[in-house]
Amino acid sequence: MGELFVKERQIVVPGDKLASGMDYLPAGGAYRDGEEIRSSVVGILGINGRVLRVIALKTHYNPRPGDMVIAKITDMTNSLWFAKVDSFRDGLMTLREVPEYVDDGADLTQFYNFGDYVLAKVAAVGRTNLMLTLKGPGLRKISGGRIIEINSAKVPRVIGKQGSMISLLKDKTGCRIIVGQNGLVWVQGAPEHELVAVDAINYINEKGHLQGLTDKVSDLLDKAMKNVVVHDSEEKPQKDKPKKKAKEESDDEEEAPTRRAAGKKAKKTAKRGSKK
Amino acid sequence: MSKKIKRHDGRAADDMRAMEAKVGVVPNAKGSAMFKIGKTIAVAVVRGPKKLHPKFLQDPESGKLRCFYNMISFSGSGDRVRPGPSRRSKEINLVMENALAPALDLTAFPGSAVEVHVNLIQTDAGTRCAAITAAAMALADAGFRMKDLVSAVAVGSINGNVVADLDKTEEDISDAVDIPIAMMPNEEKVTLLQLDGKITQEALLEAVELAKPVCKKIAELQRKAITERYQ
Repeated sequence: MGELFVKERQIVVPGDKLASGMDYLPAGGAYRDGEEIRSSVVGILGINGRVLRVIALKTHYNPRPGDMVIAKITDMTNSLWFAKVDSFRDGLMTLREVPEYVDDGADLTQFYNFGDYVLAKVAAVGRTNLMLTLKGPGLRKISGGRIIEINSAKVPRVIGKQGSMISLLKDKTGCRIIVGQNGLVWVQGAPEHELVAVDAINYINEKGHLQGLTDKVSDLLDKAMKNVVVHDSEEKPQKDKPKKKAKEESDDEEEAPTRRAAGKKAKKTAKRGSKK
Repeated sequence: MSKKIKRHDGRAADDMRAMEAKVGVVPNAKGSAMFKIGKTIAVAVVRGPKKLHPKFLQDPESGKLRCFYNMISFSGSGDRVRPGPSRRSKEINLVMENALAPALDLTAFPGSAVEVHVNLIQTDAGTRCAAITAAAMALADAGFRMKDLVSAVAVGSINGNVVADLDKTEEDISDAVDIPIAMMPNEEKVTLLQLDGKITQEALLEAVELAKPVCKKIAELQRKAITERYQ
């Protein structure tokens, strides 16, 4: 029988011996080196029967087709936009991948301008680039609110099991929150409440590996929301809003009309542009 | 090896200077670490992966590690260190890349560059080893896949005696030999071995043997520094 050298949930670093013998199987950030299983990342060990899995505490975002990401438009040519999703791959979004009709030779900045953020879906991933699409429910340009960055390893922590963490954040702060798989998070609400939500998300980013995270975040939110003073009476949290589905895509139905409206506006402006 | 030798600071032959390691010292960086050994202090910061330019340097199969060693102008004990790249720092960049690359797996980032910037804010010999040790911690902290950490130490001989971790005073002795060694401590594989001076074959082998337990001690400290960040 193989020997286990570490305990469950222990923090391991690259090169740490996890187990010896062929009875254990490596998964995630673990690898086999002859008779031994070692860790290849800084992470937390999970033991599931014979399988030893190291869950990394920090990773670089690894894009996969179908991922919902928040991307920043960085450049454009005659026929496509460049959007930053990942630090070294170019994100490409062609004219046919946007919901609006774009005339030949139209000014692309009228639709998606430099510095705009879009909620997009990864369509395909290549070696040095990836294709994005804006065709799909809920995919659109993001306006208002603020964008913060977290490590992509912490995205599952911010969403929580069955979306428990994100619905906690949304309920307590009254903010709209979208978490992109690439680690960009959009938060929109009353400015004071946005700050509370941002603090909580940053806390999860730093301490997401600790046990009892939900309780800690809940306490933190309760305390912070008590101290919030809303200066503008108009900008109270909209508590009367129907509770959203506990998923990151939960804003879809709610957002759809505004998206269409924005699209119409963009079309109008584009026409004006093309007449010139 | 059992004979007692006298070192100017009272250390035994296999004793290192006091060490200190800390991970996550630069919050804005993806990964960062500080390593201090005696009076030598190295601060390593990891950036990237980012697109590698010029394009002909890109490797379509894997990311590339690029190291940038830099001694701060006030870091030395004597004259001001001239800032900017020099022949010496270019060489150290190369040996650092070669010392760290065998442990690092960048195949997930084809065509990219991962940069490690190491600033030496105070130096007292053994800087390239301190830089490699700090860089390994920073790379692990940034979340890159590594099959092992890399720990480095300068061993050498003074007056014919093999010793570990020479400081500047010892290095400046006329017949001193300096042998920087980097190792993957768990695998016991050497990734850097340089030799500066004249040494007998026996003494060299003895020095390499001495480096093994010393590197393991450094690795233990690196390990502790990384795990402490998440306690």
